[in-house]
Amino acid sequence: MSEPIAVRATPELHFRYAAGRYGSLFLRGLGEGRILASRCARCPRTLVPPRVACTHCFGKMEEIVEVPPRGTLLAFTLVAFPFLDPFTGVQRPIPYCYGMVQFEGTDNTFQYFLSEKDPSKLRVGQRVEAVFNEVRKGELGDLLHFRALE
Amino acid sequence: MNVAIIGCGQTNHRSRRLDVSAPELIDEAVQLALSDARIGPDGIDAIVVGNMEHFEGIHLSDLWAVEGTGGVGKPQIKVATGGTTGSSLAQAAYYLVASGFYRTVMAVGWERLSDSEGETTTGIVTAFDPIYERPTLAGAVSGLAILACQYQAKFKTRAEDAALVVVQARENAARNPHAHLTKPVTVADVVKSPLLSSPIRYLDMCPTSDGACAVVFTSDPGDRKSAWARGVASRHNHTYLGDVAEGSADFKHTLKLAAAEAYRLAGMSNPRKEIDVVEMYEPCTWAALDWAEALGLCGPGEAAGLWASGATRLDGDIPVNPSGGVLCTNPIGATGLVRVAEAAMQVRGIAGARQVDGVETAMATGFGGSFWNEVMILGAKP
Repeated sequence: MSEPIAVRATPELHFRYAAGRYGSLFLRGLGEGRILASRCARCPRTLVPPRVACTHCFGKMEEIVEVPPRGTLLAFTLVAFPFLDPFTGVQRPIPYCYGMVQFEGTDNTFQYFLSEKDPSKLRVGQRVEAVFNEVRKGELGDLLHFRALE
Repeated sequence: MNVAIIGCGQTNHRSRRLDVSAPELIDEAVQLALSDARIGPDGIDAIVVGNMEHFEGIHLSDLWAVEGTGGVGKPQIKVATGGTTGSSLAQAAYYLVASGFYRTVMAVGWERLSDSEGETTTGIVTAFDPIYERPTLAGAVSGLAILACQYQAKFKTRAEDAALVVVQARENAARNPHAHLTKPVTVADVVKSPLLSSPIRYLDMCPTSDGACAVVFTSDPGDRKSAWARGVASRHNHTYLGDVAEGSADFKHTLKLAAAEAYRLAGMSNPRKEIDVVEMYEPCTWAALDWAEALGLCGPGEAAGLWASGATRLDGDIPVNPSGGVLCTNPIGATGLVRVAEAAMQVRGIAGARQVDGVETAMATGFGGSFWNEVMILGAKP
């Protein structure tokens, strides 16, 4: 058999994702340099990002609270391999570090970039704080990264 | 109604199968399963089919797959749950038969990861929340790296300990003609391989494969060699990885929950003693360690010792992945079903060079999405 044929497709696709009522509050909060969470009246957990229903007990989360922009690093990784970013269609810049940060006064973690690029300088249980961009637009990117406090 | 597996078929999984189209790839596995079950296409009453559609960019994949499944004119349902697609297919087929609505149902899982030209991570990232978690997530690799980071911090496990998992997996894969990666590797090879997402290195991580698998479930096996479903359980997880990693960040809780339910259904109290072989969905070495503990095969922090002791080898007292597992073969939408097929072959005593002696009970697991898990326990008797 001669060489088998494979047909290439390179579509450019467009999507727009709704943040919802609480998500919009959260993103606008980032624009003001604040971290907003939702509190469950039932279980009672405080979760970031805020959402309408508690993912643990399915209770209504009707209270929005501001939490301190600092917390504890519970896990981290240095991403070092190349791949296409589905948000942009081009390769995501590497290497970068991200981690799971538990904000003070919350019960879950928030997955976000870390300023440190050397994982040997990070440790589980480390105290970190949120660093915001000076110019903010009410979007996730207003939060630049977390940096170590110690 | 009691449900038996009577037929299993799978392709010889490879990195790239350009000699067949998707339905042709599926057809290979389906023909082998029908032949193993000694039934014709008319003997199949319904079909459950699935893959992880964003890898091929083909939606309504059940329409695309039907020429391979033989499902025209029959009830055919698509099930797609990400990494667990294959194990969910098995569970759906099991429930369709157990309910008494259908006598014989075939589960068919498939994937052509080569169709995404190596951009598997891109596809996996699109599975997660687009606003909060996609910007940081680097697919299954970084998601599992977070788990590995926590495991390492908790138990001070060394990279060399985790590496042993893939060293043993490759030894087993060399006995399995269906396996994709069969070349032996050493601990030194693993810890020197390129870093993907710390602490996970290239050889710690599963490959991407093209392949398909089909498994026939029936309530009426007659005199056919059968593996009976004795415990079937599934436990889902949260939307956000930040919720999965809540507080203590115990990533394995849905596997613990699913296993506990499957053990209860199968009437087991000591899985290490009562299970003869495990086909675990271990997408990376570190996960295998963590999940062996979640399954109760050993205590917390003891999994490295379990592997080092040889207990997980083909001739050990709790062999893990005689097939070589996911670390050697990973056509994602088929991967979980391959675990079920391999477990069933062990119980039926037809696993060839990778057969474990005297298997009465085998366990298959499935992992996917935001760390959700599924378990199926098979036995030689109903």
